[in-house]
Amino acid sequence: MTEMLASKLAEPKQVLTGVSPAADHSEGMSYLERLPRRLITLYLPLFIILAVLLFPFYWMALTAIKPDEQLLDLERFNPFWTWNPTFKHIYKLLFETDYPRWLWNTMLVAICATVLSIIASVLAAYAIVRLRYKGAQWVGGAIFLAYLVPPSILFIPLASVVFQYGLFDTPFALILTYPTILIPFSTWLLMGYFKTIPFELEECALIDGASRWQILTKIVLPLAIPGLISSFIFCFTLCWNEFIYALTFLSSTQNKTVPVAIVNEFVDGDIYRWGSLMAGALVGSLPLVILYAFFVEHYVSAMTGAVKE
Amino acid sequence: MTDVAVKTARPSPLALTGWDRLKTNRSWLAFWFMLPAAAFLILFLAYPLGLGVWLSFTDAKIGRSGVFIGVENYEWLWDDSVFWLSVFNTLLYTGVASAVKFAVGLYLALLLNENLPFKAMLRAIVLIPFIVPTVLSAIAFWWIYDAQFSIVSWSLRHLGLISGNIDFLGDIWNARWSVIFANIWRGVPFVAITLLAGLQTVSPSLYEAAIIDGASSWQIFRYITYPLLTPIIAVVMTFSVLFTFTDFQLIWVLTRGGPVNATQLMATLSYQRAILGGQLGEGAAISTAMIPFLLAAILISWFGLQRRKWQQGESND
Repeated sequence: MTEMLASKLAEPKQVLTGVSPAADHSEGMSYLERLPRRLITLYLPLFIILAVLLFPFYWMALTAIKPDEQLLDLERFNPFWTWNPTFKHIYKLLFETDYPRWLWNTMLVAICATVLSIIASVLAAYAIVRLRYKGAQWVGGAIFLAYLVPPSILFIPLASVVFQYGLFDTPFALILTYPTILIPFSTWLLMGYFKTIPFELEECALIDGASRWQILTKIVLPLAIPGLISSFIFCFTLCWNEFIYALTFLSSTQNKTVPVAIVNEFVDGDIYRWGSLMAGALVGSLPLVILYAFFVEHYVSAMTGAVKE
Repeated sequence: MTDVAVKTARPSPLALTGWDRLKTNRSWLAFWFMLPAAAFLILFLAYPLGLGVWLSFTDAKIGRSGVFIGVENYEWLWDDSVFWLSVFNTLLYTGVASAVKFAVGLYLALLLNENLPFKAMLRAIVLIPFIVPTVLSAIAFWWIYDAQFSIVSWSLRHLGLISGNIDFLGDIWNARWSVIFANIWRGVPFVAITLLAGLQTVSPSLYEAAIIDGASSWQIFRYITYPLLTPIIAVVMTFSVLFTFTDFQLIWVLTRGGPVNATQLMATLSYQRAILGGQLGEGAAISTAMIPFLLAAILISWFGLQRRKWQQGESND
């Protein structure tokens, strides 16, 4: 199963650049199509789809820097552009609300949950792939199934578990529950990476008297660094994105994460709230977009790895 | 091989302490390696999953553990029109959104697979909606769907296509299509990029051979691309269907299930009943009712894959 799909997916670098052994001579036929034809069948639909995909972000950013009076007066001002941008909304957000605190909460929870999950996943993936204990295949399958269990059917019983353990309304409620989403995913991803590391390397080390722990930390992990980065940033993104657990397990304003706080704290009757709402959404997305810009390839590899069954 | 190497490293059978056993015995070692992941998954995944099913058979409320009441919660839901409405909404939402995501995602993947200038950058940009947290992009959609100041209404009005503002989230069917559109917007990049990864492994020589044989571009897609892509399509669409079916965030931000439960999904209904209404048992029953649907989705894609494999005559994977 695993091997079958693995061979049917391109490497992440190829996905982005299209430079692959298979695609090497793919340009061969495209000169047969003339430009006007390509314009209609290729560039136009592509442009429309991209415009739709990006418009909400443009609108979000524009709203965040528009002065209030231009925001709601669509007749006197051209709504698609502003000549006098203001940082009032962002300033207000950062200095007059708890927003920095929420950002910090989100960051803390995301980093702790990610680190915990990666440690657990590295150990589990190594054991499943390389120690090959009895029933390892079944455990691998069970982990894949765990990946398919969605948070929306777990949050009610988890809320009572969190309450029983006395974690309600603390960051630990999230730090300990997020790994249930992250561990199945990153174990699955790392299993794929560990399988690609030649077993002969480990054999040599074993003959030289290295322990399993030494093999893991000195041979396997350094070779699996791309996989570790992929799973780290993807887990981080998933944590940042998580909503229903944070909504259910936290109650006090100061403990909230960015997505929950924006939805619950910013929504009041104020007709001018849109500026600060959009500023909040923009500032909340920026860290992830910046991270993404640096690690595009790793994201793609995490995404394609997630569906390599 | 492994065992031989480990045995030679051992000093002598007599000096075998517990620690040595632990270091060398593979099963023990595996046990320790699996422990952290297993602890998390059992304590916070398997146990709550079981607890959820148990809760659905009790009358638990927030702050009060319930007593066993059999299938009373389910009987209650059976006669509850709001529950059936939410089932209908969920099926509509999942069906329409997944079908469109598949069609547009595949189309976009085919477009991106062409030879384009700035290829890498275009592909990176496509993924951005997937990277930005759903809640935050949903808030942008909320503003775009505003009843009074919607930019879409404004543009259509100035193009002369409509005379009054569209009430995107206030009207029953408008609200349904609006949330479905937002979901499609969020899901297309994932489908497109994963399918693109599959597309790139299709050897160009197959296409060349087909063109020489005089195949039309539809025939090329239908008889070469699509069959080779089926396994990856099955997996991607399983994920897509699962996550659409259990969606919560988007609905919660945009409509909270309104107007008059027109966009109430099973997930939002269970949140409303269990957490806001305090009826944990009833909410758990709604969540548990989602499980058969999810299992069905998984089994369909699983057997789809099996059949595919059987047709291709691959036996060693």
